[in-house]
Amino acid sequence: MTTRIIAGHSSEFMNRRSRVLRLDGFEIAIFKLSDGSFKAIENSCPHKGGKLGDGMVCDHHVFCPLHDWKINLNDGKVQHPDTGCVATFPVELDGSGNVILTLDIGAVNPKVS
Amino acid sequence: MKKLVMIGNGMAGVSFVEQLLKLSPNRYEITIIGAEPHPNYNRIMLSSVLAGEATMQDIILNNWDWYTDNGITLHTGQTVTAVDIASGTVTTDAGLTIAYDELVFATGSMPFMLPLPGADKEGVIAFRDIKDCETMIETAKNYRKAIVIGGGLLGLEAARGLLNLNMEVSVVHVMGYLMERQLDPTASTMLREELERQGMRFLMEKQSDAIIGEDRVQGLSFKDGTVEEADLIVMAVGIRPNVQLAKQSGIEVNRGIVVGDHMGTGIPNIHAVGECAEHRGIVYGLVAPLYEQGAALAKKLAGVDSVGYQGSVLSTKLKISGVNVFSAGSFMDAPGTKAVRIQDDLNGVYKKVVFENGKIIGAVMFGDTTEGSRIFSLIRSGEDCTGREKEILYGSSGGSGKPLSLTDMAAAMSGDEIVCGCNGVTKDTIVEAITEKGCVSIGEIKACTKASGSCGGCKPMVEAILQSTVGADNVKKVKEGICSCTTHSRDEVVEMIQRMRLTTTKEVMHVLEWSNPEGCSKCRPALNYYLGMIWPVEHEDELDSRFVNERNHANIQKDGTFSVVPRIYGGVTTPEDLKRIADVAQKYDVPLVKITGGQRLDLLGVKKEDLTKVWADLDMPSGYAYGKTLRTVKTCVGNTFCRFGTQDAIKMGVEMEKKFERLNTPHKVKLAVSGCPRNCAEATIKDLGVVAIDGGWEIYVGGNGGTKVRAADLLVKVKTEEEVLEWTGAYLQYYRETANYGERTSEWSVRVGLDNIKKALEDKEQRESYVSRIEKSLSLTKDPWKQIIEDEGLSKAFDALTGPIPAEIASSIEKN
Repeated sequence: MTTRIIAGHSSEFMNRRSRVLRLDGFEIAIFKLSDGSFKAIENSCPHKGGKLGDGMVCDHHVFCPLHDWKINLNDGKVQHPDTGCVATFPVELDGSGNVILTLDIGAVNPKVS
Repeated sequence: MKKLVMIGNGMAGVSFVEQLLKLSPNRYEITIIGAEPHPNYNRIMLSSVLAGEATMQDIILNNWDWYTDNGITLHTGQTVTAVDIASGTVTTDAGLTIAYDELVFATGSMPFMLPLPGADKEGVIAFRDIKDCETMIETAKNYRKAIVIGGGLLGLEAARGLLNLNMEVSVVHVMGYLMERQLDPTASTMLREELERQGMRFLMEKQSDAIIGEDRVQGLSFKDGTVEEADLIVMAVGIRPNVQLAKQSGIEVNRGIVVGDHMGTGIPNIHAVGECAEHRGIVYGLVAPLYEQGAALAKKLAGVDSVGYQGSVLSTKLKISGVNVFSAGSFMDAPGTKAVRIQDDLNGVYKKVVFENGKIIGAVMFGDTTEGSRIFSLIRSGEDCTGREKEILYGSSGGSGKPLSLTDMAAAMSGDEIVCGCNGVTKDTIVEAITEKGCVSIGEIKACTKASGSCGGCKPMVEAILQSTVGADNVKKVKEGICSCTTHSRDEVVEMIQRMRLTTTKEVMHVLEWSNPEGCSKCRPALNYYLGMIWPVEHEDELDSRFVNERNHANIQKDGTFSVVPRIYGGVTTPEDLKRIADVAQKYDVPLVKITGGQRLDLLGVKKEDLTKVWADLDMPSGYAYGKTLRTVKTCVGNTFCRFGTQDAIKMGVEMEKKFERLNTPHKVKLAVSGCPRNCAEATIKDLGVVAIDGGWEIYVGGNGGTKVRAADLLVKVKTEEEVLEWTGAYLQYYRETANYGERTSEWSVRVGLDNIKKALEDKEQRESYVSRIEKSLSLTKDPWKQIIEDEGLSKAFDALTGPIPAEIASSIEKN
């Protein structure tokens, strides 16, 4: 079952920066890219749990602030030579600029999705 | 397709499979059966896991995907219980029966457990696998005293790991010298003294008798009647080849499984490789020979002709940080051998090279082992050094002719020789990565081949191979851009920014045709710095191109919290400030308050969303303890209180810190001022240090007390405080304008040359122009904490989002 929630408003986001949404111990980092689009991933690097929301955004990649792992924001995949994956979440803007996040309840745990 | 079954999933076996796949990718359908529930990991790095320098993830050599990608069927957590040679099948304890055409034993070895009474008690372990490491880490949380039985390589690495876990460690050794199989008595004694300095205790020439305790170990008694208390006993007395299965299957077994030069056992289609195999009477326990065996077997099973495995000369390195030990070959004096030695007790350096008939047959080194790989190559090549024996150790001054450089050695090395022992990478593989895959740096070679990726000991040799390969070919290939997004060097980028008046990173990347449209985490901060340095007014600082610490103006910690260090000018504080810091620490439940090495206070573990409130309550300027900028000016008390002080060091230091704080620099900059030549502020290991002398000041530059210690060089002697400020300003601006981003003054001053720095600054008019430029940049800076607090747009970025989230969602989401 999927649910759509309003995470915030696009005016609360800066370019190539992120905001973090906390859901009962689970964090999702929502990024605004330079083309104005939004991406959402689990806020924890598969390496040592670094908060990806604090990383540097380059195009559609984010570099983990702890050890510089490079993660693709489109599919959550860790880039060569490191390996791994983080969960991604569909995110979009509605007509009034709200940032809408779609969560698949039950499959949110990235380790099983 | 023929079926290849391998029993064992360790380093030697999997390396054999990797080499086989390279030679003949589709020849076999491969099945691997491993007893441990992990993919193949780097067992020799276990000591690093214990030392906290690496995690389990870091030491995995082949992850699950590797097996899948190569079509290998992997059964972990299963043990092969029987091999039926007649029918060509193996059976596992989980009931699987697998048919084979070729069978490889890579069963490795078992730690040898001394059969002492009480050895089955809780808290008695070996040091062999991940599980043992986990037990040690757990034990260290609740217990204090550890005993390691065995003063060999493995035992000492285990002991060092336990010291890192804050345990009291005693090493029991049955012989009179540590590592007696790898070291001579002189080196062994120096090693023991060094380890004692690190806090290890040694009980030498002691024979263990029994392990005391009820359920859990409480102590160890010795044959001489003495007893030592212990909460944990680690046995590291050696390994025993794992040959039980081979033996019961009817395969010839001596100490190990007996194999010929092509790694075949006496039975057709059954082979053995690694620590379980015995070749020409020798069972090897180090990684490099095991890889060589794997290479020989891979060739045979791929149908490639080869002379087979010819045995190995061994070399050893101890993986304990701060202790450099190397040995190789036959290093003990014997009739017919001659040795050249250097022994320097002052610096703790010992080197000995043993010759026989003009050839090097062995070497042992302590303290300085940089020549280890060069000498090891000479041993293996069997080159005749007659007449040049002394050069080997002393260099050309010790004899006539040129000493062999590492690059010469690299060029002379044969292609199938293994360069990286940890990952079994040959010279050919490295050369191929350079010539065919275009690798031009150590980092790229590492990413491509794994060479130098584990212990790093072979890095000088890899570098030499790189040099000898591209040097002969085409030197231009070495040209490296400031990152992998571009081939432009720092100087080209800076020149372009100036000439074309580029003011944003986007423009630079566009004009210079960056390969990644928005760059990477290396070039973005670098470009942002160069732009700000060149165009202090026109360039608008790009927060999104700054590393997290400089963006958040706090230092990120491993758990995602931050540390806060307020500015304490010259290390001088007041009761009021201390009270305020204490109040803030209490109010925000700061988990750790620590005095830093830079004479100030660090509040560690502050949550990101509390940062702005902490800054507001502190009401002090940022100490910039997180940035590439001026960090601290360390001072001694000088003539304010000290009876030796010749000048007011505190006043000088505070003035310098107030003048140069907030300045963006290529890397962090640390200053110090000492009030007399006793130099209590350690000014001679700083980026710039000032030492008061009678009637003036000495200015030292390019020092470093961190990664690579370097004593600073004297730049100039001046008379007044104004001159100190002028020279400091001019020097810092010259550094800002000429250094690479990320280059400390200690590296920069060596690269640029002290004479060139002096020449650039000797003319007063020149100095004043540098000073005017630095003052322009300084005049534009503002305290970042205040700026963020006062700007709602900036401070909001520190808070988590509080969107309207339906409650049922929050509660139904599983915790990660």
